[in-house]
Amino acid sequence: MRQNTGFLVLASSLVLAGCATVKQPAKTVSTEAAVKPVKVDKNPYPSTYKPYAGVPTLLRNVTIFDGEGGRIDNGSVLFADGKVKLVGGAITDADIPADAITIDGAGKFVTPGIIDIHSHLGDYPSPGVDANSDGNEATSPTTPEVWAEHSVWPQDPGFSRALANGGITSLQILPGSANLMGGRSVVLKNVYSRTMQGMKFPGAPYGMKMACGENPKRVYGAKGRMPSTRMGNLAVNRQTWIKAQDYKKKRDSGKEYTRDVGMDTLAGVLDGDIKIQNHCYRADEMAIVIDMSKEFGYKVAAFHHAVESYKIADLLKENGICSAVWADWWGFKMESYDAIPENAGILQNAGACVIIHSDDANQIQRLNQEAAKALADGRRLGFNISDATAISWLTYNPAKALGISDMTGSLKPGKMADIVLWNGNPLSVYSRPDKVWVDGALLFDAADPKRRPVSDFELGQPGEGDVK
Amino acid sequence: MKGLLLACAALVSLPSIAQAETIAITGGKVVIGDGSAPIENGTVVFRDGRVVAAGKGIAIPVGARTIDAQGKWVTPGLVAGFSRLGLVGIDAVDQTNDSVARTSPFGAAIDVAPAINPDVAAIGVSRVAGITRAIVAPETAQSMFAGQGAVIDTGIDADAVTRPRAFQFVEFGEAGAQEAGGSKAAAHVYFRNALAEVRDYMAGSRAVPSPHESLLKRPDMAALVPVLNGQKKLLVHVESAPDILAVLNLKREFSKLDLVLVGASEGWRVASQIAAANVPVIASALNDLPENFEQLGATQSSIGRMKAAGVKVAIGMINDNDSRQAQYSAQYAGNLVALTRVPGASGLSWDAAFAAITSKPAEIIGMAGEIGVLKSGARADVVLWDSDPLELSALVTAVWIDGVPQSLTNRQTRLRDRYRVPTEGALPKAYDR
Repeated sequence: MRQNTGFLVLASSLVLAGCATVKQPAKTVSTEAAVKPVKVDKNPYPSTYKPYAGVPTLLRNVTIFDGEGGRIDNGSVLFADGKVKLVGGAITDADIPADAITIDGAGKFVTPGIIDIHSHLGDYPSPGVDANSDGNEATSPTTPEVWAEHSVWPQDPGFSRALANGGITSLQILPGSANLMGGRSVVLKNVYSRTMQGMKFPGAPYGMKMACGENPKRVYGAKGRMPSTRMGNLAVNRQTWIKAQDYKKKRDSGKEYTRDVGMDTLAGVLDGDIKIQNHCYRADEMAIVIDMSKEFGYKVAAFHHAVESYKIADLLKENGICSAVWADWWGFKMESYDAIPENAGILQNAGACVIIHSDDANQIQRLNQEAAKALADGRRLGFNISDATAISWLTYNPAKALGISDMTGSLKPGKMADIVLWNGNPLSVYSRPDKVWVDGALLFDAADPKRRPVSDFELGQPGEGDVK
Repeated sequence: MKGLLLACAALVSLPSIAQAETIAITGGKVVIGDGSAPIENGTVVFRDGRVVAAGKGIAIPVGARTIDAQGKWVTPGLVAGFSRLGLVGIDAVDQTNDSVARTSPFGAAIDVAPAINPDVAAIGVSRVAGITRAIVAPETAQSMFAGQGAVIDTGIDADAVTRPRAFQFVEFGEAGAQEAGGSKAAAHVYFRNALAEVRDYMAGSRAVPSPHESLLKRPDMAALVPVLNGQKKLLVHVESAPDILAVLNLKREFSKLDLVLVGASEGWRVASQIAAANVPVIASALNDLPENFEQLGATQSSIGRMKAAGVKVAIGMINDNDSRQAQYSAQYAGNLVALTRVPGASGLSWDAAFAAITSKPAEIIGMAGEIGVLKSGARADVVLWDSDPLELSALVTAVWIDGVPQSLTNRQTRLRDRYRVPTEGALPKAYDR
């Protein structure tokens, strides 16, 4: 397994690779032709994802965590045509389509599909060889011009493990954290496709990755360039935001302007269309970033790897910013030294938004277990946190921070039928997904080897098709 | 541990009492750790740092202090099967990271024992997770031989090393190939040459090659003497099925080698051969990604299948946050139990899973009956849990190491207590301690 480093190691090895083989591309992305754009296509690589066929299905006799903090014991979930139809205790025969199949789930649990807001699957796929290392464009401290989707390898075997073991149905793929502004993220449906576009979550807003702290200053300081300090981090960020404000002004003036791919993204952030997903460990740095966001008029959707959020839970609540955290990663680098396992619990108790994320091809397979640990640690402090609330950390809360909560993330009529049937309480170490549906299509079934994806990479290799 | 405690003048009276006292933990669900089923309403008695008896119907010695464990679980302390615990303060802060020596001229001679630092935060974090012992190995750098690893305890005292130089650690597979010059073939030559040089060295000074002719330094040769003659275990990191078979074949040439495989993500593919060679495995539990080309067949079912084939197997965490997340041992074991409910998968029974993080690593490292088990004569490493120790919500409520009660506070609990309410009060948080 990889060591958990928040991509510290990968970032530094990439930098070397970049030095050896890549010429500075920093400004080449700006188109030189100063043509007046008639209309900017904001979606030039559109999703071609189409839900697969499903059958109307009734899950009965199940314990339901609805994703928004609700729990229904001995309940039923009905879905058809790719959408959730009914959720509750009392579903009458009249509600059930004639062609529906019924699954009796006595002893089993149902949750919305699990959402990982922080993944690098596809960008740092397995096998993790240099040739596949496409997650950090570590050649300039600000690369808002890169889009993570242009690195996503849709054959990453990690997608299948995340589905089968973790019940992951949606995930955000982020650029790495070598850069202050790492580029655009993309939200995917966890459904294999021949193309990246075939996995793209239709209608999901874009995000942009930013990073505080050690990584940018180390990567660029080592090259003898700015930033080499935390104050340098802020200075480069602020200068860049000033340019973005200027660009936006020109763009909005209706006059001719020269398009710039990176500035398009930053202006999109200032427009409120692109969500900031900010890697930031330390409480004091988060507080500074909050002020920076106000200085330039944007909003941080979530601080990721926010191991010190517990120190400023009140500030995060006041500013409506989620903390995407691990249950118990700590100590792998200086800025993770103050991580405590009660981070999520203290945040929840303070009324701040909690998300459990992975940043890891292994732990994405057990986000439910990570939530269970964080829940237990929070309860030990005497906080009254329900099981159902802990499930919201993996479902509705990440959906909100990604801007897709009107489509998925909870079991509400009309939403996508992204559903996991667990063979026991998902907060137990002994439970695993029994079945996973995405948009109502059964794409994993523990009892049916044919409902288990095998990526092109694994076909014809040792262990292919093995129950992983 | 004892020596150090006695050296602490201020503490002399306290631990002496603890040592002399007989403690009987009664009424709990007792797990022996040897793979047998938990015993309801069992008793564990320990005295002078050793277990006196454990099980059902144990007589409580006169004068024993009784601790009521009703509703609780009583187990041996967990043994981290493969780790770098105690060698690293913060991984990415080089000065605190003693797991690897990138420019040392030595390989096999490196001995982690004097570098074990019981003050690193990872020791305290592991202790409150019920880890009381750990198998600790160095990492390789200039040579495929990493050096000599130790068995340590996680006690709060300064004397952490239970058994220094308990084994030699060597990298085969992709990492070994890299360190031996660039190919797996070169690694096998390097290894054979090293043992040949050790033979010459053992044969006497006459045959010892000059420093110019030999690849190994003299301290490296000396460290490998007990490996060659089978007195010291050789832990071999290897992942792929073909590489595992190539390592098992070494026994044909070097019949005395006391081999232990580490990692072995594809062990399931050659489980019967491993069993036939009678070589135990400290395996990665949940590796299931083709993270590199030597782990294409990695699966969570590997341990279950190896066990079913008759391989002695323990859970270890090589290259998996091994400097600080030994606390995952119980979670990994629990996941192997979960696999028994997944069609087509292979896992472990609860009893076997618990043994894989207690008695099995102890047996494999040559400390059977000494650690990782609640049997008469074993070191009194005892842990009380509020519930099933493999479950994610389990809480450790008491820990004894060598019979000495341990603190359950650490740096993390101190930070937690300071920030339970995050807002500042009458004074800054810095005054809150």
